Amino acid sequence: MATPTPTATLDLAACFPGAVSADARPGYKGWIIEKDKLVEVATAIRDELGYDHLTAVTGVDYLPEGKMEVVYNAFKTTGGPVLTFKVQVPRIDPVEVPSVTSVWPGAEFQEREAWDLMGIKFTNHPDLRRILMWEGFEGHPLRKDWKEAFYEEDAKPFKSRWPEGRHVMAEERSPFKDNITFPKDFDPEKWVPEGEEALYGALAKYQTEEDGLKTDHIVINMGPQHPSTHGVFRVALTVDGETIVSLKPVMGYLHRNHDKIGERNTFLQNMPFTDRLDYFNSMSNNFGYAVAVEKLMNIQVSERAEYIRVIMAELSRIQNHLVFIGMLGNDLGMMYTPALYAFEERELVLDIFEAASGSRMMCNYFRFGGVVRDLPEGVLQKINDLVFERLPGKVDELDRMLTENEVFISRMKGVKVIDAENAIRYSITGPVLRAAGVPYDIRRADPYSVYDRFDFDVAVRQNGDLMDNYLIRLDEVRQSLRILQQAVKQIPAGPVMPGKPQYQVRVPAGESYGRVESPKGELGYYVVSNGKPNPWRYHVRPPSFVNITALEQMCIGVKIADFIAILGVIDIVLGELDR
Amino acid sequence: MYGKGIFKGLSVTLNRFWTTYTEDIRWLFSGKKRYFNEDGVKARAGKDTKGIFTVQYPEERLIIPEEFRYVPFLVYDEGADGRKEVRCTSCGICSKVCPPQCIWIVRTNDPNTGRPVPQPAEFYIDADICMNCGFCAEYCPFDAIKMDHDFEIASYDRNVFNLDKLLKPAAYYESIRPLNAARENEARKAKEAAKAAKAEAA
Amino acid sequence: MENEKLTSPGYEIPGELKNVVEITTLDRIYNWGRRSSVWPLMFGLACCAIEMIAAQAARYDMARFGMEVMRPTPRQADMMLVSGTVTKKMVPLIVRLYNQMPEPKYVVAMGACASGGGPFKEGYNVVAGIDKFLPVDVYIPGCPPTPQALIAGMIKLQEKIDKQSLSKVRWYDKKKEDSVYVPVPVLGPDLMDPRRFAEIKAAAAAKEG
Repeated sequence: MATPTPTATLDLAACFPGAVSADARPGYKGWIIEKDKLVEVATAIRDELGYDHLTAVTGVDYLPEGKMEVVYNAFKTTGGPVLTFKVQVPRIDPVEVPSVTSVWPGAEFQEREAWDLMGIKFTNHPDLRRILMWEGFEGHPLRKDWKEAFYEEDAKPFKSRWPEGRHVMAEERSPFKDNITFPKDFDPEKWVPEGEEALYGALAKYQTEEDGLKTDHIVINMGPQHPSTHGVFRVALTVDGETIVSLKPVMGYLHRNHDKIGERNTFLQNMPFTDRLDYFNSMSNNFGYAVAVEKLMNIQVSERAEYIRVIMAELSRIQNHLVFIGMLGNDLGMMYTPALYAFEERELVLDIFEAASGSRMMCNYFRFGGVVRDLPEGVLQKINDLVFERLPGKVDELDRMLTENEVFISRMKGVKVIDAENAIRYSITGPVLRAAGVPYDIRRADPYSVYDRFDFDVAVRQNGDLMDNYLIRLDEVRQSLRILQQAVKQIPAGPVMPGKPQYQVRVPAGESYGRVESPKGELGYYVVSNGKPNPWRYHVRPPSFVNITALEQMCIGVKIADFIAILGVIDIVLGELDR
Repeated sequence: MYGKGIFKGLSVTLNRFWTTYTEDIRWLFSGKKRYFNEDGVKARAGKDTKGIFTVQYPEERLIIPEEFRYVPFLVYDEGADGRKEVRCTSCGICSKVCPPQCIWIVRTNDPNTGRPVPQPAEFYIDADICMNCGFCAEYCPFDAIKMDHDFEIASYDRNVFNLDKLLKPAAYYESIRPLNAARENEARKAKEAAKAAKAEAA
Repeated sequence: MENEKLTSPGYEIPGELKNVVEITTLDRIYNWGRRSSVWPLMFGLACCAIEMIAAQAARYDMARFGMEVMRPTPRQADMMLVSGTVTKKMVPLIVRLYNQMPEPKYVVAMGACASGGGPFKEGYNVVAGIDKFLPVDVYIPGCPPTPQALIAGMIKLQEKIDKQSLSKVRWYDKKKEDSVYVPVPVLGPDLMDPRRFAEIKAAAAAKEG
């Protein structure tokens, strides 16, 4: 797919007079849509303007202005820049915004998240429950006036650390005293935990009578402690025999409040926190955040650093996909052997990360404008050895071991994950989308960094079944190796950081949405700055979370055993799914 | 033929299995030690590694790269009379830049004048909050706080490190990060020379 | 490692029997057996779980310590490796898993998050360390601990097991409850520890409005 030329500037306000106005705040882009006209305009944006892929939906709490805002970022699957549009509502409860799930079903979970954390009620949403916190939790934590138990200050650095910083354990201060979230005269012993009813109520029921034999549904809970849910992920499902009738994912068991902590951190302090989103690919996470903030700061990244970034991001894609293949083997019952082989190669890649950045997994290697340090001596040679001599052969070995295995094929072939049309509707990105036949890769569709200089193909498969989802990972590893081989040859000399490294960065007021093609899909960061050292809003658009929106769509009618495999090929990682 | 793919796959595993023996035998005949030997560990982490991949920690260890970072420590120089000259001036940059805010510093005040003295009175790092990001070491202007290589610090208790536990000699730092230390020493010497030249000129 | 030797000193074995007979104490052989087959619960919470898997894989190979048999069910596990951030939503389940484990059982807090809350400690959904609920035997700092650091922690746990005495351990003590039961926390408006209900009640009653 060719890189599309930027289209002429689109004037939404002229297209929809009276319903849309331009966002005139300095540093902001996009369009503000009247609340009542949202669904109407959104339908037109999708059908007439061709923005068929709504990727990021999030709320922003503008407390001083007394406003709540919902921000939508839409793209065309044929490529091109973002279309940002927003809805503003006064910050008086209930804050209500019409749901766009009827236009883009992929917004479902993201709207639920905005309801859970921001308290924005989406009218006409099919299933508006809390998603990350539990039902019964008091308040909406991402609101700016909500404070948690160990709250110290609005922004870091905290004053209690220096110059009079005597160590206190935060938990020794009673969590119930300061920011009490319990109602008056609350009696914990009489508290009845709620929430599960709402979950089970959302599941479709099933009952039939065939030949005089009554059959009824069974509700099964998988997880959060389950060997093949890839972490603390839970699904509640109703089954008819072994066939899945209805399914609801339950998440939040690893909700670590990235957004809230990120808004307290300075811009730089968020960098190591992004490592812990998708903990397989900290390099890609760093990349996305750096892209978003650099866009906002409007700075140029030094040439050598761009190449180092690409090398690191592609290496992490390779190790992610290798582990994916190994773990898929585990999910299918081919215990351990593929996984052990994959982990061997992963160790070699991690050795490079460790030598360059200092840590195997939590690299924290990128800085705004470059990377923290140049590749130490010998590391480039090591990368060279790996990408030219070792990895191509090892990928072929995995290929030889699995791809033609008849048991593997009969298990994988023909088990549909999702088709192209639904994949786009449900905002799916990454390998799952490409395996369904949509050649959409951000590295080509909306190039960032220096990806436009490399010669590589967007891996695409047509059937969208499990087998294709497996094969596309192999394809992508091979394409990544192609990129790496070019990058290692072309890497120029020069500095890796423009100017002196600084821990206080000046970020002008405004908003930016930066996105990269992480190994799991589109990883986006929506950052709002108001000129202070800390971001006003810091939101992560994780690929796993949005891809899981279509899980029910994918799994209805399949067997439980195939459900495990489908969950496996979506390649979720809980760190970014729950954040 | 059904089963051909399975055999093809099994041949890969069989090949791997045999290699573990052939590789050991090859090393045996070459006269080099493959196990419990630094060169052997290096070869097992190299690009041509085949056969047994295991590094038998704790008897043998992986070679730790210079940039490796674990929890931070404070560097002190050995003074003339064996006094510990702590490099830290308690400027507080590390505690400000620390993302999870796990550094607590009490600045020393001169008992007579009440003015701050460039030395920490107390220094705490809560290793159970620390995220090993290395910002403190990166932005310290005095080369006073550095990231350690010692990872064998599991304990039976919570790990809150105080000044006693954090201080390590400069010689130790030079031994774990020789290249970095040399570079920093040079930069510091150049700075001091420039300062002296300036003072002379004035 | 000296612990590998079973023979307890203090008894002279005649020279001709040296390769045939070993004299040891009951404690020693009992602990040797237990510490050489500590089966962890297959239970990964967050980032650290990946390093735990890496420690099980070829390069580090925890099987050398008899720790490779990851059990997905708590009923067959000896050790709970709390590998990652403990969230409020997850902690009732962790406590329930712990209660289901048979004695003798050990808890290892792997990484900063499980030990003391870690970088996410200030978060509203994060528990400041699993030791607020479960008795932790070994703390392994690091974020995440490298597989080697994890194994160093496991060796520390083995040392702890070595020091235990059959006559004093709680699971053979008739006077004590044979198992540690931890009351399961409740998810209310916030996380509520049953052991602190009185405190919550008092705070709620004192609240104005």
